Amino acid sequence: MKKPILPLLAGAAFALTAASASAATLDDIKAKGTLQCGVSQGLPGFSNPDAQGNWSGIDVDTCKAIAAAVFGDASKAAFTPLSAKERFTALQSGEVDVLTRNTTWTMTRDTDLGLNFTGVNYYDGQGFMVRKDLGVSSALELSGASVCTNTGTTTELNLADYFRKSDMDYEVVAFEKADEVVAAYDAGRCDVYTTDASGLYAQRLKLANPDDHMILPEIISKEPLGPVVRQGDDQWFNVVKWTLFALVNAEELGVNQENVEEMKDSDNPAIKRLLGTEGSFGESIGLSSDWAVSAIKAVGNYGEMFERNVGPDTELGIDRGLNRLWTDGGIQYAPPVR
Amino acid sequence: MAVQDALPGRVGSGGNAVLNDQRVRGVIFQVLLIVAIVSFAWWIIHNTAVNLRAQGIEFGFDIMLDSAGFQINQTLIDYQETSSYVRVYFVGLFNTLLVSLIGIIMATIIGFVVGIARLSNNWIVAKAAYVYIEVLRNIPLLLQIFIWYFAVLRLLPPKREAIDLGPLGLLNIAGWYAPSPVFGPGFDFVVGAILLGLAASFLIRAWARRRQMATGERFPVFWTALALVVAVPIVVYFLADALTKGAPLTMEYATQGNFGPRGGTRIFPEFIGLLFALSFYTASFIAEIVRAGILAVPHGQTEASFSLGLRPGHTLRLVVIPQALRVIIPPLTSQYLNLTKNSSLAVAIAYPDLVSVFAGTALNQTGRAVEFILITMATYLAISLVTSAFMNWYNSRVALVER
Ligand SMILES: N[C@@H](CCC(=O)N[C@@H](CS)C(=O)NCC(=O)O)C(=O)O
Repeated sequence: MKKPILPLLAGAAFALTAASASAATLDDIKAKGTLQCGVSQGLPGFSNPDAQGNWSGIDVDTCKAIAAAVFGDASKAAFTPLSAKERFTALQSGEVDVLTRNTTWTMTRDTDLGLNFTGVNYYDGQGFMVRKDLGVSSALELSGASVCTNTGTTTELNLADYFRKSDMDYEVVAFEKADEVVAAYDAGRCDVYTTDASGLYAQRLKLANPDDHMILPEIISKEPLGPVVRQGDDQWFNVVKWTLFALVNAEELGVNQENVEEMKDSDNPAIKRLLGTEGSFGESIGLSSDWAVSAIKAVGNYGEMFERNVGPDTELGIDRGLNRLWTDGGIQYAPPVR
Repeated sequence: MAVQDALPGRVGSGGNAVLNDQRVRGVIFQVLLIVAIVSFAWWIIHNTAVNLRAQGIEFGFDIMLDSAGFQINQTLIDYQETSSYVRVYFVGLFNTLLVSLIGIIMATIIGFVVGIARLSNNWIVAKAAYVYIEVLRNIPLLLQIFIWYFAVLRLLPPKREAIDLGPLGLLNIAGWYAPSPVFGPGFDFVVGAILLGLAASFLIRAWARRRQMATGERFPVFWTALALVVAVPIVVYFLADALTKGAPLTMEYATQGNFGPRGGTRIFPEFIGLLFALSFYTASFIAEIVRAGILAVPHGQTEASFSLGLRPGHTLRLVVIPQALRVIIPPLTSQYLNLTKNSSLAVAIAYPDLVSVFAGTALNQTGRAVEFILITMATYLAISLVTSAFMNWYNSRVALVER
């Protein structure tokens, strides 16, 4: 009966403590056979499930591009819907491998939270939506209004800053889930709905009468949205970062979903490097040489991805604006593959 | 012990005798258990610290002094965007306590009424109570919260219109704009009169009891107390009104602003929705507890009471309820605890309770999950322990006194 329980227990404790925290994410993903992406719970244009549970949107495509770069197969991407509040914990704890969920790059998130932003797949800014019959044409006329928004977002903080700066008072009604924000705003609980401008265009589609609502001209913040990974795994950080860069470079070089195979024979050395017919850039980040080809085949170049999901011909009808390439007067810009 | 020592086989087992001693073994196992628990706790804490460090996540409570930067609509204490997370904590805590406390009072009243109605001889009343209980306790609370909240929203007029409640203020989708009391110079006298009236009532009650015990004569304690606590202060109010400048108490009403009424005391629809959902849901459980408590009192008690000539009302109040309370109080305590903990579902409808603003918004803005969750858990534990301590005290007061 006199078993040495205590030493056994202590030993077990030490053994378990040693379980390493920063694993090689890329190896884990390859071993698992799927790439787990954190997305929103339903934001048309960014990440939205249809009736069959198929996800679409620019964030979903970003995830698919990464899956294609890793596996050569975009269908290896799997999606975990997360509220604004849950998203960072889910990434930190390893529940998802990468967060592609309209998440704003801020200093706190990039440093304090143990996370790394890999780039920007959508340059956004915060806006306001009101009922047309409210008779308001500028955000500066909103003193005394009640404002519906999501908790755990940069939106909440910008809102407070903006009203304080403009010396206006307001009442905030902050919900955890976006659907409740929409429902409460639609019921008339709030005069104003505020979030990223892209989000306003998307959520407006969910209102009973979208045409009764308008988006005010003021954009009150910078919201660079982009994929996020855990800090401390540079290889995985590079994979995600360069997949996004590859899509932007592809657009700049005129490579698209249709012509990518032909472009492999191009004489342009920049295209050759991007498509892996010259150099070993894929190998240097732990992928195969045709990583970018797979990504572009899966979702197209950045411009195609934008037009398909949020562009003028979609329900959202958003002008490319800031998200044009730098060569077209926008600020989308990717470092060269060389 | 003596019996054990006499057992064959135990005798002469030499050095093992100490280990075979029940008490020694008891102590050994207690010590082992404590060591196991402590090592487990140590392991959890150590592991967390190591993993946090490995992931580059900071740990520490100094962040609590940083300014929050976000707004909260319902605050019982002064709060601004520049206030610290410590203040966010108290704002959240008081909001939790507010909805829990009022919820407990409402749930208790509704629960007692429904529980007694369930035992009514009137078939319709009894069945109505039965349906109430079965429907409410079998629908998930979160759903009920949504139903109440969105029902409140849909039923009320839009922001720029309002139902005029006259002296009670205005009501619309953005909540109830109740009048705010503004206290004038003479109000201190009124408060003084109320306090004096209360003190006097207690003394009179004690005296009346003693006299009734001694002589059997009864004294109208209730009406006297009512006069002292209500009537006298009203007279004092009018005297103060006449003698000082300005009324002792005036009501300030909401005025019309750009986006609907402004000012007055705001009761937010999120609060109303959550309060109603929590109260009506918990009341369905309390009703069953009350029914069980009353049924636990043997019918003989009622018969005995009747044969002593007590009227039915007195029988219920003086004989049945006091005995039923002994059965009711312990499970009632757990319902109170449940209601308090369930109030954390507030986040679903934007009521700024502790979980919503502190373990939610503040946690998310800072990313310090471990710190914020630890504090929140400790807080709920403390609230629960205080509630049960109070209920245990009350239980021991109503418990059977053996004579
Ligand atoms: N970009 C902001 C806001 C992100 C956010 O949560 N936006 C809301 C409103 S557009 C949203 O994504 N809702 C969809 C959902 O929660 O599923 C941030 O990173 O804090």
